Amino acid sequence: MAGILELTVAEAAAQIAATELSAEEYFDAWREAAAGDDLNAYLFHVEHPVDHQAMDGPLGGIPVAVKDIFCTEGTPTTAGSRILEGYRPPYTATAVRRLDAAGARVLGKTNMDEFAMGSSNENSAYGPVLNPWDRGRVPGGSSGGSAAAVAGGLAPCAIGTDTGGSIRQPASLCGIVGLKPTYGAISRYGMIAFASSLDQCGPFTRDVTDAALLLAAMEGRDPCDSTSVGIEGGILAPSREDLGGLRFGVPSDLAGAGFDAGVREVFEATLKWIEDLGGELAEVALPSAEHGISAYYVIAPAEASSNLARYDGVRYGVRAGGDGDLLQMYETTRSQGFGTEVKRRIMLGTYALSSGYYDAYYGQAQKVRTRIAEDFKAAFEKVDFVVTPTSPSVAFELGEKTADPLSMYLNDFFTVPMSLAGIPAISIPAGLAEPEGGGRQLPVGFQIAAPAFAEQKLLEASYALEQAIGFDAKPVGSDG
Amino acid sequence: MAELEAVIGLEIHVQLATKTKMFCGCELSFGDEPNVHTCPVCLAHPGVLPVVNEQAILYALQIAAALGCEVAPRSIFHRKNYFYPDSPKAYQISQYDTPIAGAGRLGDVRIHRAHLEEDAAKMIHAGESGRIHGSSASLVDFNRGGTPLVEIVTEPDLRGAAEAAEWARLLRETVRQLGVSDVNMEEGSLRVDANVSVRPAGTETLGTKTELKNMNSFRFLQRGVEAELERQRRLIESGGEVEQETLHFDPQSGSLTSLRSKEEAHDYRYFPEPDLVAIAPTEEMARTARESLPELPAARIERYVGEGLARDVAAVLAADPETAAYFEQVSTDVSGVEPKVVANWVTGELAAALRAAGGGTAAESKVTPAALAELITLVARKTISHGSGKTVLAALVEEGGDAQVIVEREGLAMGDDDGDLESIVAAAIAADPAAAEQIKAGNGKAIGSIVGAVMRETSGRADGGDVNRLIRAQLGL
Repeated sequence: MAGILELTVAEAAAQIAATELSAEEYFDAWREAAAGDDLNAYLFHVEHPVDHQAMDGPLGGIPVAVKDIFCTEGTPTTAGSRILEGYRPPYTATAVRRLDAAGARVLGKTNMDEFAMGSSNENSAYGPVLNPWDRGRVPGGSSGGSAAAVAGGLAPCAIGTDTGGSIRQPASLCGIVGLKPTYGAISRYGMIAFASSLDQCGPFTRDVTDAALLLAAMEGRDPCDSTSVGIEGGILAPSREDLGGLRFGVPSDLAGAGFDAGVREVFEATLKWIEDLGGELAEVALPSAEHGISAYYVIAPAEASSNLARYDGVRYGVRAGGDGDLLQMYETTRSQGFGTEVKRRIMLGTYALSSGYYDAYYGQAQKVRTRIAEDFKAAFEKVDFVVTPTSPSVAFELGEKTADPLSMYLNDFFTVPMSLAGIPAISIPAGLAEPEGGGRQLPVGFQIAAPAFAEQKLLEASYALEQAIGFDAKPVGSDG
Repeated sequence: MAELEAVIGLEIHVQLATKTKMFCGCELSFGDEPNVHTCPVCLAHPGVLPVVNEQAILYALQIAAALGCEVAPRSIFHRKNYFYPDSPKAYQISQYDTPIAGAGRLGDVRIHRAHLEEDAAKMIHAGESGRIHGSSASLVDFNRGGTPLVEIVTEPDLRGAAEAAEWARLLRETVRQLGVSDVNMEEGSLRVDANVSVRPAGTETLGTKTELKNMNSFRFLQRGVEAELERQRRLIESGGEVEQETLHFDPQSGSLTSLRSKEEAHDYRYFPEPDLVAIAPTEEMARTARESLPELPAARIERYVGEGLARDVAAVLAADPETAAYFEQVSTDVSGVEPKVVANWVTGELAAALRAAGGGTAAESKVTPAALAELITLVARKTISHGSGKTVLAALVEEGGDAQVIVEREGLAMGDDDGDLESIVAAAIAADPAAAEQIKAGNGKAIGSIVGAVMRETSGRADGGDVNRLIRAQLGL
């Protein structure tokens, strides 16, 4: 059985299409693997039988682990929150419908930080997800369940959402590929909103080719999402083997950024690979990027405070304290339904939007956001890509940063600027490094960002680099 | 103390009569079973997104064109955040600092702005009070939730309660004739709030205003504003100060109760709606909106006044497009008669005759424009007297048909020449020398008895004006 689980999505799909592999057998093998989840990666497994006859298309027969932030008709959808316990949506998210139309089927719903707010998956109301490389460590977040499922052999691929790094950072910490497409590439319809102007769906896969396959299936304009545009020309399987003629910008400001020595080593080794493949390195200035975290932690909570206001106990989900007056029902429902981090961000966001404070906080943050986008635009006039480490550190220990929200927020230092600029960025595994405090070697991700809607070019370069690096390390298995 | 002048501005919510809701595909409805016109979007399920109804944008552009508003080349939606069960997202998608329509004018009142937004759901509070406080249960009907609205805000240009109600009627007619709304105040497809303040006459500074909410008829609007003006004048004259607050007018008791004070005002935490892109009407959309406009009441009133009609008569005719069309047809069909005379017949004699016969409009009546035109011409040519004209009109209202036929059947035609009438007048003067002397002595009223005698002699066919003229002429006056 282990054999078919080793196949990449592209390989399995090809074998199923050629009837060398039975879709039923393949799906059942993954169903069994997923059932053995010892990482708390899944919140729900899809129990109902899958119609293998109708699985035609480029992803025919492929099981996908879906972050529990995507609405799936009739299947529990909680966004990692107590407040949506027992909620079964009456409709399915566009991204999931598109995967379905391409022949893929939902394998299960994966654990996540509550409403995608977190960088460690410790903010889930349903317990933390463990990192398959070291079960004492976090998988990253907020899409920690999806990342851990793919890295831990519990799913061949997964989808998640990225608002400030929630795909790229867990992909980095779990040693897999994670892609955040351009804002507007994939419909947000049916994706439970955290910060609407930043949220974007994307794939978790073992390699770049699989990421391209999933993106190709999901991208496209959706009449249900006015902000969706799709990617012109679609997405093809990448095949480029060198980086000749391509310029990679390394932000000059990186020197001052705090990141682990081990991460720095892998980052520099990867830059070397780029040069070996014929790529050119150049320094670029992103002077406003250092304010990215500050701006992000105003804009995202502000939008969240409004997006999460609908969880009021009136129409669906959990209701508490309904026998008093209306205000008391709202207060009790929301006090009991939301976790600490969600409440913190609702408070932050409500404050930032308040009359008299709006200009100083939300208005100012939007200006910074515009500056960052302009920084990238200027940089892309000189280079094809901007590269950084994905995360300042390798996976940290469970509980290590829970008491200090600020140090947790700084995990997003390298990923937030691209989110604010709305541009695509990918994290590919680039090597292993020892944690600062010592311990087993853990994966390090390399982030490549490209201009808006330049996904094909981004995937081509990532593919060439991936082939050269040849990262083939695997988690050591459930040895505690 | 100087006299206190009323300063009134109106905020009008117009429900657009689109097929579907503002941001989802649910059908618009009124009076259907609760919660049948709902979907994940208008119930604000997790993950849903709004999509703007294009028809609503076109309707808003038509309203903007009708009010002469500047159209914003690019306007955006904002979220207006507040918790209440009638607002399932806990925010209303509305427009804030960049509305689709800016400054305009209707009649004498300047328009400040007009913007697009969505309506709230309908709350029904069980129990005696009918309000949420003290009710035993509250129910929400989401059928109405998400209905497209255009909110029109005027400048504070109105100076009295009657004027405010009158202008609101003109606005309703204007919007109704555009065909973009049912504008039914009782059903709530037109809702009017009034901002009311007073200030010493002749001054420019605005006084502190109060807002009167949701008066569901023009009569209540007028009474509510009157009551509030009275309250504010008394308050100031007794040395008090008006406090900024939102008031509810109860038409039954005539009383005003405070809904919330300035301190209790919401902080709506407006911010740009990230789920929607900007509305940028193309030149073609704006042109389509302008070209689709029918002639609207305000323009029609001006045209009629230019044709010599009194302004109040012009307003009555212009208020109803069918009556206006009827009037214009009669004006075309008559010969040698001023439009002013035709207008007086339509709004005066015909309206009275219809009322006497149980109501209905001119256009719906049995009196065809051609028949009325013939009748008016007969009177103008003095073929029949004005009094006979009324008799013919009553017959036309009753049975329809042709004026000339009725005149002949009833024998109402006056004599062929003035000679007959002159001799009848001479006989009447001779029969009443006392009255003749009094008239000559300057007692104008004395003429009545001689006129009466002539009318009796001619069975009312003679024209009163002519009879008067002849009496005076024969008496050498």
